[in-house]
Amino acid sequence: MIGLIGRKLGMTQIPTEDGSMTAVTVIEAGPCTVIQGKTIERDGYNAVKLAFGDVDAKKLTKPRLAELKKILGEREKYPARVIREFRVDDVSKFQLGQEIKAFEIFDEGERIDITGFSKGKGFQGVTKRWGFSGGPKSHGSKFHSRPGSIGQHTDPGRVYKGRKLAGHEGMKRITVKNLQIAKILPEKNVILVKGAIPGPCGTVVCVKKAKERSK
Amino acid sequence: MTVLREIEKEFMRSDIPDFGPGDTVRVYVRIKELKEDPKSKKLVEKIRIQPFEGVVIRRKGGGLSETFTVRKVTQGVGIEKVFPVHSPVIEKVEVLRRGKVRRARIYYLRERKGKKARIREKI
Repeated sequence: MIGLIGRKLGMTQIPTEDGSMTAVTVIEAGPCTVIQGKTIERDGYNAVKLAFGDVDAKKLTKPRLAELKKILGEREKYPARVIREFRVDDVSKFQLGQEIKAFEIFDEGERIDITGFSKGKGFQGVTKRWGFSGGPKSHGSKFHSRPGSIGQHTDPGRVYKGRKLAGHEGMKRITVKNLQIAKILPEKNVILVKGAIPGPCGTVVCVKKAKERSK
Repeated sequence: MTVLREIEKEFMRSDIPDFGPGDTVRVYVRIKELKEDPKSKKLVEKIRIQPFEGVVIRRKGGGLSETFTVRKVTQGVGIEKVFPVHSPVIEKVEVLRRGKVRRARIYYLRERKGKKARIREKI
């Protein structure tokens, strides 16, 4: 299923038809350039490689630059800040150098999945990371935000794998499924999606058609 | 942020007059309701317009998310309604009186009634 690479711009609210306001996330989705097609015969699977975001030619590595030159010709800036692969059924529908825009593949009201990296929270205790309730805050209690018992005694004599403990939280690849497109602004290459998506403003996200539910 | 403001402009209304705290306004609110049609005895969705008149006690937020609060006193009971400035629910806003107040949020009106709740008019 073809998708797009985008950038989260932030959140706002827009009026709906019935007069209430809905929270939406503004995503700059595409335009993405097709830079490579992969086929079952040659690569073992069908996919297209898309590139997004302008970057100075001198900042690219020479192999990458040569590859892009072949497709797009001599340029000062190439759309290659981010490069991602998307699995498709039929690669022949796409040409090298073709620009894919949001309004061409998405409709308003359609369901989409969005993948991105969540905000990093650093090293967090068990209360924030796993939602442990902790102990009483007062009445002489000295047990506040600790995990409590993490296992048994000499038998088994170790902590079981997968035990929920303190550690690094966030900055994880997360997919939010079945979000609805509230609006598409074709001339700005912007889509407005109902609800929140992972990551801070400016983060790179992948927008795909919903896998489980469409429309 | 500036990009976001640019996008918000697409949804913003330009027909709302300029008003601020202390002003007396009449807000015409579109209300959708189900009514029985006298002929076919069926429930039909009808749009009714209801005016709400009162003093603006604050404007809050910015851009597309901006709201304003209108306060009025009916039968001794104070009523405050919050409207999004750019909501399609608002048919129109009429400014009836420009009030002269010295702060942006005139919450002190809530503790006052009768003669004390008057606001001087801006000349």
